Amino acid sequence: MGTLSFYLVVSAAAPAYGMHIMEGYLPPAWAAFWWVVALPFMILGVRSLTRITKANPELKLLLALAGAFTFVLSALKLPSVTGSCSHPTGTGLGAVLFGPLAMSVLGTLVLVFQALLLAHGGLTTLGANAFSMAIAGPFAAYWIYHLIMQLTGKQKIAIFSAAALADLLTYVITSVQLALAFPAPVGGFIASFAKFAGIFAITQVPLAISEGLLTVLVWNWLQSYSPQELEILQLIKRQPQTHESI
Amino acid sequence: MNQSKQGITNWLLLLGVIVLSVTPLIFIKGAEFGGADGQAEQVIGEIKPGYQPWVKPFFEPPSGEIESLLFSSQAALGAGIIGYAIGLYKGRSQQQRNKE
Repeated sequence: MGTLSFYLVVSAAAPAYGMHIMEGYLPPAWAAFWWVVALPFMILGVRSLTRITKANPELKLLLALAGAFTFVLSALKLPSVTGSCSHPTGTGLGAVLFGPLAMSVLGTLVLVFQALLLAHGGLTTLGANAFSMAIAGPFAAYWIYHLIMQLTGKQKIAIFSAAALADLLTYVITSVQLALAFPAPVGGFIASFAKFAGIFAITQVPLAISEGLLTVLVWNWLQSYSPQELEILQLIKRQPQTHESI
Repeated sequence: MNQSKQGITNWLLLLGVIVLSVTPLIFIKGAEFGGADGQAEQVIGEIKPGYQPWVKPFFEPPSGEIESLLFSSQAALGAGIIGYAIGLYKGRSQQQRNKE
């Protein structure tokens, strides 16, 4: 136990780490490109949020909870099978509850906080990081949730898969972004992607499973204590008790 | 209401997360458990030797301690809001049940 905490303390002193693309590590052209891609989603996201809060002001607390969930999970750097650390994203929950556009704003806010105060990620790379974590991830979560609900109707499996796969996809996208910006001299984009995905995506596998489990946990609480809110969001179908268990 | 069954499920979910997090620490000997993006920096160095970041972060935590303070503040803030919200919902649902 002593060595373990020693390890954690020592590694905590290492400069700048985590998983977003680091400040200054995307060439200016690519940094600008991802900003341009991400901006429309952010604008639509703000509109979506104002629409939600205008129509149902009572949902504001649940919205805060979805944002807070992302806040907590992206602050937890967990050890992984590759012997390095990364953190989950927490965007799946909000995407399923409020739709992916709402998450594009909440996720970006988290990234801004980390870029400004933690030197984690960065402002030049914010567009790219927002695209992977706050846009691609939530959209994937939203689609996966609805796909599995249509196929099986098992809500908890749908939630788990949505959260876990959104987390994983976030880092696959990060790997794609880095590979596009840094194609290998031999083997080009594919060779680079294999290298980056080997770091980011593999590290993320157990974390994605953890994120799926935690998202189901919060979902269980919401189902027990705030069924009205879920009903407003049309996420509860009056279903027999047999579907309740995982 | 199968509240107790639900409770057990929730503890199992938490247990799963703990097992997933602790296992690498136990089984992967000699790993540094640094950040994944540190490794990415190395790979960029291999692919494009001499690449220099063209901007510096606007503010860097002056030490590992300050950085962990900021990270734990982030987690605490988020956890506080989640606890508040779930607690509020729970109290509200119990009140409704008492009325019925």
